[in-house]
Amino acid sequence: MTDLAGITASALDADPREQEKVTEKRHSPLSGFWRTPKSRAGLIILAFFILLAILGPIVAPFDPNALSDDLLQPPSWTHPFGTTQTGQDVFSQFLVGARSVMIVGTVAGTIATLISLVVGINAALFPGIADELLSALANIFLVIPALPLIILIAGFIPNGGGWITVALVISVTAWAWGSRVIRAQTLSLRNRDFVQAARATGKSTTSLIMFEIFPNLVPIIAGSFVGTVNFAILSQVSLSFIGIGSSNDWNWGTILFWAQGQQALAQGAWWWFVPPGLAIAVLGMGLTLITLGIDEFVNPKLRSGGIDRKVLRRAGMRSRVGYTPVMTDGASRES
Amino acid sequence: MKYIIRRVLFYAVTAWAAITINFVLPRLIPGDPVQSLLTRFRGQISPEATASLYVLFGLDSSQSIWEQYVSYWAQLFRGDLGLSFTYFPTPVSTVIEQSLPWTVTLVGISTVIGFVLGTVAGILAGWRRGGWAERLIPITSFFSSVPYFWLALLIIAIFSVNLGWFPDAGGYDIFTDPGWNAAFISSAIYHGILPALTIVVSSFAGWMLGMRNMMVTVTSEDYVVVAHAKGLSERVVNFAYAARNAVLPSISGFALSLGFIVGGSLLTEMVFSYPGIGFVMFQAVQAKDYPLMQGLFLVITFAVLIANLIADMAYVLLDPRTRSEA
Repeated sequence: MTDLAGITASALDADPREQEKVTEKRHSPLSGFWRTPKSRAGLIILAFFILLAILGPIVAPFDPNALSDDLLQPPSWTHPFGTTQTGQDVFSQFLVGARSVMIVGTVAGTIATLISLVVGINAALFPGIADELLSALANIFLVIPALPLIILIAGFIPNGGGWITVALVISVTAWAWGSRVIRAQTLSLRNRDFVQAARATGKSTTSLIMFEIFPNLVPIIAGSFVGTVNFAILSQVSLSFIGIGSSNDWNWGTILFWAQGQQALAQGAWWWFVPPGLAIAVLGMGLTLITLGIDEFVNPKLRSGGIDRKVLRRAGMRSRVGYTPVMTDGASRES
Repeated sequence: MKYIIRRVLFYAVTAWAAITINFVLPRLIPGDPVQSLLTRFRGQISPEATASLYVLFGLDSSQSIWEQYVSYWAQLFRGDLGLSFTYFPTPVSTVIEQSLPWTVTLVGISTVIGFVLGTVAGILAGWRRGGWAERLIPITSFFSSVPYFWLALLIIAIFSVNLGWFPDAGGYDIFTDPGWNAAFISSAIYHGILPALTIVVSSFAGWMLGMRNMMVTVTSEDYVVVAHAKGLSERVVNFAYAARNAVLPSISGFALSLGFIVGGSLLTEMVFSYPGIGFVMFQAVQAKDYPLMQGLFLVITFAVLIANLIADMAYVLLDPRTRSEA
């Protein structure tokens, strides 16, 4: 944490070590993002799960559906996460399920983000009736509770459909928040001086969007994408837990569905339901940390959260309300 | 007033949208899931019930879509949501009537508790920046990502299976007599503690993170600096100046969070076999009970809309700008 600990310019200068570090590494704004402890922890967690999704089904020691005589075994070397009541290997189910979780999350997140981009940017660029309609649409989808709607739609699809159907249904309900954030940011960008200047030089609307507005939306879009993926993963797992969706497609929710249905709780088979839920929570935590990191990246005021008490005390400051230490780091120091 | 009227109009439009989704959905899905159910229950469904099903699902091809839409509305206004297949031949409206009070009580109370605790924790975290609360952020983001139903499983495993302190299922002791008597109410509270704990723990973190971020933003505003310069005590500055304004986005963002919390609460009820609408929805999904699923969707949406309207009124009380508009 101390590598971020420049509090004010003077405090930063007081510690030559810090300054050296800053002048050594800068240039790319992304390196500033990486050096925020929150986003770094988040990215490492995410990388781990991506690896799990790629390798999981390949290295799974058993067929997740295969029955065996090892009924309800606690964790052992052959079965690291134990076995189910029908002798299935929970570890293999977990590994195979990782890919489905990541794919549905990413696909649903991508589709939803694309919808929110189209709706959000268009709403901001065409004030009047188009904006009113698009914003109303987004607000309606925000207020209607998403999970019951997803359950209703998915319930009507014969046999639950494949994972693509599930991803599509989730993205239909997941775009609204992103579009609202993107609309607000585009509106604020539209009136900034550099956009007005570009407009005055006679650039077309398309090139205004592509070269002036879009690049400045990237952090917002990235944040909304990560948040949507998180939401999509939770939705998919919840659906499978209720028993909607194709049951031969393993994901972490399916494991929990069987654990709940076959009385894992009453039999004390903690190994059956602890790993999948823990994985969902840790993955969700990673994604949340990344969004928090992006928030701090976009809104430097929030960055003071990274200040260490000890560093503040060394600088003779006491953190309290109404006091905003100005953070400087490699990304924002230009001289 | 103008603000409230605008909001009411918006919720009316949303309610219309939800009803229309309910109408369109069965007609969009290829194949005919309901026809097979009709065949399955042939002989058991009275002619009137069959007629109402035809209207609900658009199986009556002699009518145009527009005519179907009009008779759908007419049916809704009579409170007719069709017959439940699971609880055949009970009408869907009766099933929902019986389960709704459980959910409203459980989810209502635990959402308010989660909101108040999370907001207060967020105020403290934003106020004492760099303190212990900051270190809790990774932990709180972990808890905000924990699926409600998994936390419910864990809580059952710990508090009812291992420790045996609380029951693991149901909403009341079946040997008590449901009604306004002490034995029933105390057993209902006793059964409600674990589900409520699940909802409070899961929703707490989200409110706290949001509030903390707003506190950090608000506390750098000029009027907070002025309040300090006036020599007001930190407590006054914190609660009367900073927190009062920082809480506004939390309240106006209630809509988004509430939908999410209600979704999670439904799953919590499923795990606890709590006699609310979440558990009914679980049974409806298992049995492909379409009329019940649709009725539940409408009722849940309406409940969320009403809760939002209440949040909007609180917003008017807290934010004078909405009042001066009129």
